[in-house]
Parts: sequence; C-alpha cells; structure tokens
Amino acid sequence: MAQVHTPKSAAPPVTLTAGGARPATTTSPASDGETMTGAQSLIRALEHAGATDIFGLPGGAILPAYDPLMDSTKLRHILVRHEQGAGHAAQGYAHATGRPGVCIATSGPGATNLVTPIADANMDSIPMVAITGQVGASMIGTDAFQEADIVGITTPITKHNMLVTNPDDIPRAVAEAFYIATHGRPGPVLVDVAKSALQSPTVFKWPTKVELPGFNAGVKPHAKSIQEAARLLATSRRPVLYVGGGVIRAGASEGLRKLADLSGAAVVTTLMARGALPDSHPQHLGMPGMHGTVAAVASLQKADLVVALGARFDDRVTGKLDSFAQNATIIHADIDPAEIGKNRHADVPIVGDLKDVFAELVPALAQEHLKHGKPDLEAWWQQLDEFRTTYALGYAPTIDGLSSPQYVISRIGALAPDDTIFTSGVGQHQMWASQFIRYEHPNTWINSGGLGTMGFSVPAAMGAKVGMPDRTVWAIDGDGCFQMTNQELVTCAINDIPIKVAIINNSSLGMVRQWQTLFYNERYSNTDLHTGHGTKRIPDFVKLAESMGCVGLRCESDADVDATIKRAQEIDDQPVVVDFTVSKDAMVWPMVAAGTSNDSIQYARGIAPQWDREE
Amino acid sequence: MSKHVLSVLVENKPGVLARIAGLFSRRAFNIHSLAVGPTEHPEISRITVVVDVEGLPLEQVTKQLNKLVHVLKIVELDRERSVQRELLLVKVRVDARQRAEILQIVELFRAHVVDVATDSLVIEAVGAPEKLDALLAALAPHDVREIVQSGNVAIGRGARSITERALDRVSA
Repeated sequence: MAQVHTPKSAAPPVTLTAGGARPATTTSPASDGETMTGAQSLIRALEHAGATDIFGLPGGAILPAYDPLMDSTKLRHILVRHEQGAGHAAQGYAHATGRPGVCIATSGPGATNLVTPIADANMDSIPMVAITGQVGASMIGTDAFQEADIVGITTPITKHNMLVTNPDDIPRAVAEAFYIATHGRPGPVLVDVAKSALQSPTVFKWPTKVELPGFNAGVKPHAKSIQEAARLLATSRRPVLYVGGGVIRAGASEGLRKLADLSGAAVVTTLMARGALPDSHPQHLGMPGMHGTVAAVASLQKADLVVALGARFDDRVTGKLDSFAQNATIIHADIDPAEIGKNRHADVPIVGDLKDVFAELVPALAQEHLKHGKPDLEAWWQQLDEFRTTYALGYAPTIDGLSSPQYVISRIGALAPDDTIFTSGVGQHQMWASQFIRYEHPNTWINSGGLGTMGFSVPAAMGAKVGMPDRTVWAIDGDGCFQMTNQELVTCAINDIPIKVAIINNSSLGMVRQWQTLFYNERYSNTDLHTGHGTKRIPDFVKLAESMGCVGLRCESDADVDATIKRAQEIDDQPVVVDFTVSKDAMVWPMVAAGTSNDSIQYARGIAPQWDREE
Repeated sequence: MSKHVLSVLVENKPGVLARIAGLFSRRAFNIHSLAVGPTEHPEISRITVVVDVEGLPLEQVTKQLNKLVHVLKIVELDRERSVQRELLLVKVRVDARQRAEILQIVELFRAHVVDVATDSLVIEAVGAPEKLDALLAALAPHDVREIVQSGNVAIGRGARSITERALDRVSA
C-alpha cells in the first residue's frame, strides 16, 4: 500500500509506505542533514508533517520545544488555558477541516489533562497527534517531578503511541504519528518526547518513507461482497442505509448521495453522521437511536435490509441488541475489520474505505437494476411517510412561561448561515441540536458521540474556527457543560477567534434531570445548578463572558430570541456568549429507554407510536 | 469455554507485551497462559497466548490484535497440527520412605529430578498441558510445596515457517 502524503505546507512530498509494500524514494528535503537540537528537530518535523496550527500549553519538560517554536513561521501556536482545551480544539480543528489536529503539552499533569480529549478522539475516530514532554531519559521511572507514564496511561485510548528518548528518532516518530493518525480508521496518536532528547544535538533527517510492517492502512473492498450487496439492494423491499460517522471521516458524502438516489432506500444518519446526507434529501428520515426520530427507528426495526456504512452498531443506536432490526439482512461496510461482526453478525461484510465502497457499489447496483429492474419500494415509502408525518419531531409548549430550548435551538439553526459549523457539549442540548438544526453539509456538526464528553463544545468550536476562519461557528452548549471548559473563551478573545456560544441555560444538568424525572421518581439529586431564571445566577454568564473579553448577551423570552441571535451574528470581531434562559422541564423526545428494545420507543412521555397496525 | 492457542509475531519493541496483555484485559478476553520469547530473527518476538473463548469472540481477539501497530502476524495453532509444550517445576518434600515412590512417578512421566536435598526434590517436566496435569495429579497425595509453570509454547508441524512471511514485511 504505497500512499503519497502531500502536506499543504511548503514541505516536499514524502512517500510513506506501510504493510510491506515497495518503498518509493523521493528527493530529500533541503533541511536534511542539518545539525540542530532535538527540540528544533521536533518543530521542523511538525512543519514537514504539514501541521500549520497547534494548540498547547508549555511546561518544564516540553519547554525546550517552545523555544524554536517561537521562531517557526509555519506553525501558529495557540496558547490555551487548560490542556483539555488544547485537545478538544485539536479535535474540532480535525473534524472541521479533515486534517489532523495537533496538541502539545508538558509531562505529568499537562499530559494527563490531555487524556479526556485523546479518549474522545479515539471513540469518534478523529485524526489527532498529541505531543507531550517527558522527564529526562535518566529520570524515567524514578517518580521524578511531573513524571507520569503517559504512554502507559494512553495505550488503551490511542490508536498508537510512542516514547522517544533518542533525538535521532524524533522526525521518524512524528512522521509515523501523522501517518497512523490519518490512514485507515483515523484516530489519536501520542508522541512522548523525553526532555533529554529535546536538549541533545541531532542531525535532522525527515524519513523518505514510513516503515510500519504491522500497520494495515486499508484494503480494497472485495468484489464478491460488493456484488452481493448490490444484488440485495436491488431485490430488497424495505432497504435502509444506516449511515455512521465513517462516511464523514472518509469524505464520502457524494458517494452516499449517489447510492441513496440510485437505490431509493431510506437513509438514517447517526449522531456522528449528521450532515453526511442533506437533511433536505427526500429519503432522509433523520437520526436513529435513543433519541432518534420515530421514522428512523421504525425503519430499522422493520427493514428487510440494513446497509451499515461506517457505523458500529453502538448501543445508543441499537437499543437492546438482540431485538434490533430482527428481520433484516445486514450488509456492513467499514474500513476497520474489527467493527464488522463486533456487535451484530454481518451477512455481507465489506472491508474498505467508504469512498471506494461507493465507487464500486453504485455501478454494481446499476448493473443489478438492469437484471432485476428497480425494486418496487412504494409500499415501504408509504409506511415510512406515514411515520414521518404522524410522528414528526416536535415539542410541547412549556408551562412555566420560559422559552422552549428546542425553539431557541431551531431558531439558531434557521438564522445561521447555511454553511455554519455547529459544535455541542453533551446532554439534552446536544440531542436537540442534532434534532432541530437541519444539516445540509458534512463536517458542519461536531460533537462528542462515543465518549460523551461534557465541556466539548467551547474548545471544539475554537478549533473549528481556527481551521475554518471564514465560517460562522456556533457552540450550542449547556449551562453544565459550559462551566467545565469556558476558560478557552479567554484564548478565543486574545487570539481573535470569534466563536459564538449559545448557552441553553436550564439551570440544571438537564439530561440527568430528565432521567431523574423518568426513572427516579422526580428526586432531583445533585442536578440543580442555580444558573437560570429565578436563581442566584452563579455564575452570571453575561458577566463571566464580559470578564473574559467576550460580548455577553442574555435572552429570557421567545419574543427576543430572533433579535438576540441576529445581534450575536452581527458581531464578528469578538467571541459572543448568549445566555438563553429556558425551561428546565423540557425533555428530549422521542426516547428509547436505555437497555430496552427500539420497539418500545416513546414518541412523547407515555405515548408509544402505533406502528404495527398495518401488518 | 474452549481454549485456543494463538501464535502472535510481534516487532521486538519496548512495551509490546504490555500492549497485548492490556488489550486482552480491556476487551474482557480471558488469557489462560502467555509466553513470550525471541525468535530466529532478532527483530521479531513470538508470543504464544492461550485464550478461553468461543468462536465468534476469537475472531474479535485476532481482529483487535491485528490493529496493534507492532503485531505482524497471528496464527491459530490447532492441537493436531502443532507441537505444544509447557515447562513445569515442582518442589516436593520427601522422606526416605516416599522417595522411591516419587522417583517412580518421575520415571513414569519421563520427568527429571533437577535438585536433590535431604528432605526435598525438585522435579522438572516438559509436555503438553494434559500430561503435566496428569503428573500433578499423581503427585497430589504427596507433600507438594511449590509449583511453577511456564505458559504454553507451540509450533506448527511440518516444514512451513510462520515467521517467513512476517520477515518479508519487516525487511521490505
């Protein structure tokens, strides 16, 4: 598998190989053979790898690297206020641009503060390279000041990681890290560099090839599987394309659209795949899963064919696994062979890059149509359309006179420019942002799906804005999430990163409160945050925003929602924080209670859709 | 549960054993035994791991192992087409009366006595896991003081070598 890695920077192209293929040779970069320190070599290597923006915070062990960093004209370093912010910013950057995100931190606590973003990137397959300083090689293992075995700590949550103690190994380690992070199923790679290696002299040599004999960068989809998948798609009567985040990571939205158009199948996009197919597409039924639309959930339960595309049969999608899509034949396409058959047996497994899968499956399906004719899906669509209209997404008006969070979020979605990038934290506001904003483009919805990291949204928005400075970036956040990572607004204000933050302030840890309402007899143990209407408002988000160099706005009634959003969108030279005071009693519906079957989905509290009457 | 013997060829890099052991524990796979050592090629180590799983999870084990960057190749060795051996050392307290009887057991199992003291013997035995179990059962009525066992190591029968192809990849 020889692959040419061409970074956008001025660095010459480097041919990287893996899987034992013949290495290709290229001319060596001009800087090869120059004597320098390991620290200079690290900065030079990051430049050669194509990095342009890195998020980090210096400290003792990484300090040598920060000196040559000051002189780099190719690397923009953004000084964060907490290393977790650097990690999530790198994620947001990677998610928005498709290029690997880079974060950098010192040893010990600096490195351990990156653990949450690294775990998050690992769960959501985000290409990320984390550079950490380590104590000097002779001190490793002595419980030295700010020593932590970050390679040991992050082994279960990285795609790969490495400790570098020899300065000569730095360029190779960086090249491998970028290669591994971006090839095959993307993921985070950590490079831990001992301070002694940074301080020692070395001769810089950018590798002309990366040799990773045990690394499988991906295979071409098997022709027989493609053929069988095409035949099934052409002959099934109730087909559904179950689209996961892999389609977004693969940049395969165009192929997906072709397959959807040609097959006529229903399409559902998971939380990680929102925007993979425009929400306006007539075959799009919305999000499946615990808080999915009734139509999306029902389509999977009733399907005779489910085509999983870059999806991993997560419990939040399947509900009780053995009652998920019981009558369906499963085609499962994924770049990671370990995903296939992990949770659900695949009748037709397809291992490969989804771009290749679509490129081969679409013409194969056209051929099958010539043989079998186009399948008659009219009855199927009649049924699905009925679910769509009868159980459309909606929400009940509030009874406490406060705004509906769903209303606020849908208005932001409606008034924001078409190509706006939205990020979110985790909880009710995340589900509503997924449900009530219409996504028309891939990479416009950035959230923490697998790990469910509260506090993701502000730093992720910062990273997305750095990567896509010309786009509007709205962070849809909760009052709980916001209090975990808002310090990065300081970073945004100082570095001219004008993101917009909508705090959907229900004065509580809303999703936990919802579960307490439904499953714990309305006993609200430790979910009241005192930030909203009629409370002491600690903290006062408007004042907090202003103190951090942002514009702070507050909106307390439906009547002011549109004007406040417009006001926020007019401000382009400063970050804006809007404190939207909303009702704490609003709940996320529909809902499949955890561990129960998708068949027991509730459209609203106590209302189960009647979907069996037709059969 | 059924036992499967996997030979895992890995790049000889620091921490590779920890990566593999860690993968087993975090994916909730049961390891019955694990043995690691060098091979005929200095860049490659060989890990023999015996796992307790049924068919489908075994596929998950090998797929997850294959995702580790330092893992070069995984081969399942079945009992019929491979030679499998474990090493056992047993310390038994003996008096003059029992000595003859224990030496008879040692001979019967083609084991060896590798240390003799006035009141104890250390017995060494090499064999398939079943043979060693049988030896331990025969010694059980006696005063067994200490047992130490290696993990299973296994090699395929016949001329074919599983390192050959992995070697090509490393030196490519």
